[in-house]
Amino acid sequence: MNDRFNLSRFSFYRFASPAIFYPLAGKMIPWFIAAAVLFGLAGLYIGMLVAPTDFQQGEGYRIIFIHVPTSWMSMFIYLIMAFWAAIGLAFNTRLSGMMAQALAPTGALMAFLSLWTGALWGKPMWGTWWVWDARLTSELILLFLYIGYMALTAAIDDARRADKAGGILLLVGVVNIPIIYFSVKWWNTLHQGSSVNLTKSAMAEVMLWGMLLMALAFWMYSIAVALTRVRTLILERERHTDWVKAELEGVSK
Amino acid sequence: MIYWNSFGDFLAMGGYGLYVWGSFGLTALVMIIEPIAVARQRKTTITRLKRQLRAESRSHEA
Repeated sequence: MNDRFNLSRFSFYRFASPAIFYPLAGKMIPWFIAAAVLFGLAGLYIGMLVAPTDFQQGEGYRIIFIHVPTSWMSMFIYLIMAFWAAIGLAFNTRLSGMMAQALAPTGALMAFLSLWTGALWGKPMWGTWWVWDARLTSELILLFLYIGYMALTAAIDDARRADKAGGILLLVGVVNIPIIYFSVKWWNTLHQGSSVNLTKSAMAEVMLWGMLLMALAFWMYSIAVALTRVRTLILERERHTDWVKAELEGVSK
Repeated sequence: MIYWNSFGDFLAMGGYGLYVWGSFGLTALVMIIEPIAVARQRKTTITRLKRQLRAESRSHEA
């Protein structure tokens, strides 16, 4: 019994150990970059060149190919950060706080792009850049949560304390995600309902493919950027360990 | 296979050019600038950490 416990503890710490994760992430990054480029090119080809026009919105609908992926990513990234925050607060693992911090700027950019493309879509379709309705307002709050998290963690000098304070902010703010997601069902809003549905989709198949490929490209992009950022954070925070010192000496050659 | 009749049509986006290209343009810009910023930050961090490491080892020797 004791043996099994030790074994599981060992493997758990293995994956959570920055020294193991650092080289693994380094090996994975080029693959994620390649996947992002491939999915992006395929998605742009289908979405911008092959997909036909929309019978209601004309060519303006093509904004969907970045509006939906950036909106999804802004919510996914927040959920992943909240997941790492929960792991970090529960198990006091070092890597989880770094993961959350590495994801935050990309999440904020996705939320910003979602709002930006939404405004550029809203103007020709609704006649306004912005309305204070549930979907738009809750997405704006998401952007502020990202910015608040980054400001809070940057303002606390001690990294572990910054992780804890930021983690609590993330877990409190997670309530906003279902509000964003279900806002178009719960309230009357200018924003149209979901275009994608597991059983029947409102979109033509080719448009759906374009959108899914673009969403995959944004996923791969976000992972590549966040992994690069987390590797820098690991070096910074683990700089007093022997393996980081060896790593830094290796880089100088 | 290709939906557009001409490159001009493609650019005009049926009159929605400003909105479509405004969306794609800024997104492309962000996805170029962010990786450059991340790579640059990594470089400056490594340079700074290496300098600190050298300073530390010198002070140990002294």
